[in-house]
Amino acid sequence: MRQTEPVIFELSRPGRSARSQQPAAAQVNIPESLKRRQPPRLPEVSELQAVRHYTRLSQLNFSIDTNFYPLGSCTMKYNPKVCNSLAMLPEFLARHPLAPESTGQGFLSCMYELQGMLEAVTGMKAVSLTPMAGAQGEFAGVAMIRAYHRARGDLQRDEIIVPEAAHGTNPATATMCGMKVREIPCGEDGDVDVAALEAALGPRTAGIMLTNPSTLGVFERRIRDIAAKVHAAGGLLYYDGANLNAILGKVRPGDMGFDVIHMNLHKTFSTPHGGGGPGSGAVGVSERLRPFLPVPVVGRDGGRYRWLDERDLPQTIGRLSGFMGNAGVLLRAYVYMRILGREGMREVAEYSTLNANYLLARLRAIGYEPAYPGRRASHEFIITLQRQAREQGVTAMDFAKRLLDHGYHAPTTYFPLLVPECLLIEPTETEAREELDGFIAAMASLLEEASREPEKLKGAPWTTPVRRLDDVRAARQLDLTWQASPAA
Amino acid sequence: MSYIPHTEEDVRLMLETIGADSIEALFDEIPPELKIKELSGIPPALGEMEVARMMHERAARDGRPLNFIGAGAYEHHIPAPVWAITTRGEIYSAYTPYQAEASQGTLQVIYEYQSMMAALTGMEVSNASLYDGASGLAEACLMAVRAHRRSSSSRILIPRTVNPTYRSCVEAIAGTQGLQFVDLPYVRESGRIDLTALDALAGDDVTALVLQQPNFFGQLEDVDALVNWAHERGALVIAVVNPTSLALLKPPGEWGSRGVDIACGEGQPLGVPLSSGGPYFGFLTTRSQHVRQMPGRIVGRTVDLEGRPGFTLTLQAREQHIRRGKATSNICTNQGLLMTAATIYMSLLGPTGLERVAAACMERTGQLVEALTRVPGVRPAFTGARFHEAVLQMDRPVGPVLEGLAARGIVGGLDLSRSHPELGHALLTCATETRTAEDIEHYAASLAEVLRSVQAA
Amino acid sequence: MSQVPADLRYTRSHEWVRQLPDGSVEVGITDHAQAALGDLVFVEVPEGGRTVGSGDAFAVVESVKAASDVYAPIAGEVISGNDALATRPELINEEPYGQGYIARLRPGSAAEIEGLLDAAQYTAHLASEA
Repeated sequence: MRQTEPVIFELSRPGRSARSQQPAAAQVNIPESLKRRQPPRLPEVSELQAVRHYTRLSQLNFSIDTNFYPLGSCTMKYNPKVCNSLAMLPEFLARHPLAPESTGQGFLSCMYELQGMLEAVTGMKAVSLTPMAGAQGEFAGVAMIRAYHRARGDLQRDEIIVPEAAHGTNPATATMCGMKVREIPCGEDGDVDVAALEAALGPRTAGIMLTNPSTLGVFERRIRDIAAKVHAAGGLLYYDGANLNAILGKVRPGDMGFDVIHMNLHKTFSTPHGGGGPGSGAVGVSERLRPFLPVPVVGRDGGRYRWLDERDLPQTIGRLSGFMGNAGVLLRAYVYMRILGREGMREVAEYSTLNANYLLARLRAIGYEPAYPGRRASHEFIITLQRQAREQGVTAMDFAKRLLDHGYHAPTTYFPLLVPECLLIEPTETEAREELDGFIAAMASLLEEASREPEKLKGAPWTTPVRRLDDVRAARQLDLTWQASPAA
Repeated sequence: MSYIPHTEEDVRLMLETIGADSIEALFDEIPPELKIKELSGIPPALGEMEVARMMHERAARDGRPLNFIGAGAYEHHIPAPVWAITTRGEIYSAYTPYQAEASQGTLQVIYEYQSMMAALTGMEVSNASLYDGASGLAEACLMAVRAHRRSSSSRILIPRTVNPTYRSCVEAIAGTQGLQFVDLPYVRESGRIDLTALDALAGDDVTALVLQQPNFFGQLEDVDALVNWAHERGALVIAVVNPTSLALLKPPGEWGSRGVDIACGEGQPLGVPLSSGGPYFGFLTTRSQHVRQMPGRIVGRTVDLEGRPGFTLTLQAREQHIRRGKATSNICTNQGLLMTAATIYMSLLGPTGLERVAAACMERTGQLVEALTRVPGVRPAFTGARFHEAVLQMDRPVGPVLEGLAARGIVGGLDLSRSHPELGHALLTCATETRTAEDIEHYAASLAEVLRSVQAA
Repeated sequence: MSQVPADLRYTRSHEWVRQLPDGSVEVGITDHAQAALGDLVFVEVPEGGRTVGSGDAFAVVESVKAASDVYAPIAGEVISGNDALATRPELINEEPYGQGYIARLRPGSAAEIEGLLDAAQYTAHLASEA
């Protein structure tokens, strides 16, 4: 296989084109002052050249379809092919977002039922599908908390409490909503430090953002107690749905006492990650936040489905997208949920947890150190390579890079930030035991290399299309667009 | 029916290794009173065959009406290779390229995309895309406030000729951070920004002016004069542009004497299907001097240990996973899949192809306006140059007319009575290169029929 | 071991201060701080004329994987930022106490400088953090 591929501009020749893709020339009149003077510098290539180039580029990637991808907190499970093919039926693709509702009853019925299924599986009272990614769902959630307090005239509540283990998006979102962030520590066992929480609560508390199971890979056991304390202080609870896969069909955030939740449909409901998007971050709310949901939401009048907008929800936090969000992604999630059905939801949590605990037990047996040894793994767990870093000078990043040589995508490294030299490992429910065993064998060989030939790890990867890249040069000598003769 | 590979034997062996009696035992840290007894509200599982049949039926219910709406999303021909390649598992099922060595394909596509978007908009740098055009404008406004340190007002001028949904979206996303938004009126005859209204703003501290070209009505603004006005007053300019139009129209990097500061817009016209509103992608390009204020992912070219060229995410210290509460935005994802489709689309069309698409759209819209205004009771709302959309005025409410057309399999346009009531019974309509002369005649004939029956009713 | 020149004053957050003959001061980050951050790729220096309070975040240093605020060791007015860092952030790595200074300030009060750590105290502080 070729290891590198030229930039498409290098294949370009003036006058070449994919001819069958061009409509006939048309004569148009544009005022001289508004005309483009030079054609844009886009590549001029044949159709085969483009097809071959992008196919080859695809072959330089790791992906779920080609590699085990135990990337903690990202839920890289199988994306069923049928979810894609049914979301791409020509009628769905051709539908304009502003076409009359009468021409979209089939599509709207799927969205309405999806809202209902998400409510049922999370224990929330209403759902809006419009946020286009997890971070936008978070934004919607905190914006609703803000709107709720304001609607009650409780204007001093401007603090969001975030555990230090949280995803970076949590504090970034709170800031985007004009809130101040108060971080609180986690205890030795990985649970939230309740004393620190109590000290942080007060008349300025707008709410708390929690992930459960937490980013430390353990279930927050005192969640009901935490919910009671936050509610008693007048705050609301926000559930970051990053780890919903671990409890799907077993426990519901609504029953834990959460007021608002965002779901990452690209994790739990298996819509594609697409090399970094599209995501989809539907939000669910308790009764008291229903009036503030972002619009549009699908409603039903008699037998007809229709969009509910600002006229139906005058207190809405507003619109987050140009239309209704990532409709095509939502269709994929809908198909996935219908295939899973009631029983399948529960199996997601059960088998993702089984796979994680099996991996943890075996990695521990071969000498890896769990970060929270006294705890059950949820659907993911953390190992720490502190000892190897100290004694052999090899880091978590070296282990991660060496795994690539074995054909396994690296686990999440250096997150959560509070566990030194950590790997966060999430196998997901769709991996077979043989795949896990292969990964364990690779991890065993890495341990051996760390003690005998640490250079193998420090220089890894060796077999990927490129070896470690010079990030410092990338940031100091920015080369962000192709130039005819790039700076050397 | 879940996608679980485990045999009974696997489960037995795995539980033995863990030292647990049952799968249920693995949930023993969860307080028992929290566990669900029975999950209601989720229908029973379906096989692939059953679900396929159901979805085909629902799709068939919606059919494929003949589309004449634009208003921010446009029906274009999408070359067959675009989605054949984009849905390859190696692209579709890959994660964000944090492990650069395992993601060179995705990273190089982003680099090529950044290069193409910078070229198309006439700007110097591009990010790896945002969620969509509307939310992208919100990010652009926040970016302008960060980039313009001397302006203390955080005041953004948003003309009434900007897509009203974009305006709503900007208020929802950027309004929580203290930005103020000020209207600019338009001239009733031309559907373009009223330049005389600018005088009233003399002396006010303005952070940025937003300019949409072609504007929401499809009309072409006098962008040179507007950009110069803003720059003379020390304000930044944010352009909202249609990427197809840029093959013909002057790119925002060349507007006025020194070009705009930020260009953004909806990327959907570049190879992304209409699909009820998403997933699409937003693009955002800017000047080199503002690169660190840009939200979202950015890819750079560098070298590996052996000196071979390669690609990596760069300038990550601006982002949420490092800066947390001080990040430029909470955004994590780009719209990788859609950006990939757009990159392939632009490669297949090339400069000539895209120019032909743009010209064909303009020509068809001209023919559409001509055909529809021949119908009694319909006339153009504005004079002056436009791109591929037009506002038409009718002598009766537009809503029922659109319903009548829908019953005849035609999606005729967008009723503007809610967003722009001052225009009376106004319809925003569009024809792209996908509409033939026959389609246009069919629309005109159907409209005449509907108007007769609506009048009769 | 990182260098701690004897003639400078220090903060617990790893900034240094050099008193210049004209009464102004140079401010930068210590050798220990630059080593902990790794190769710097960007520095945001304060603009001249800005008034800062003691402990205010007044500059940002970025490496590939981290961004850190730099805090003003004393109150005062910024005379000028070190513009050379715009194109050569690596100066901080190469000469943290020289060409890699971050800004020059006019101190609000000379007494405040006396309250900062001296080299021996800062060295002890580094030992206690290790």
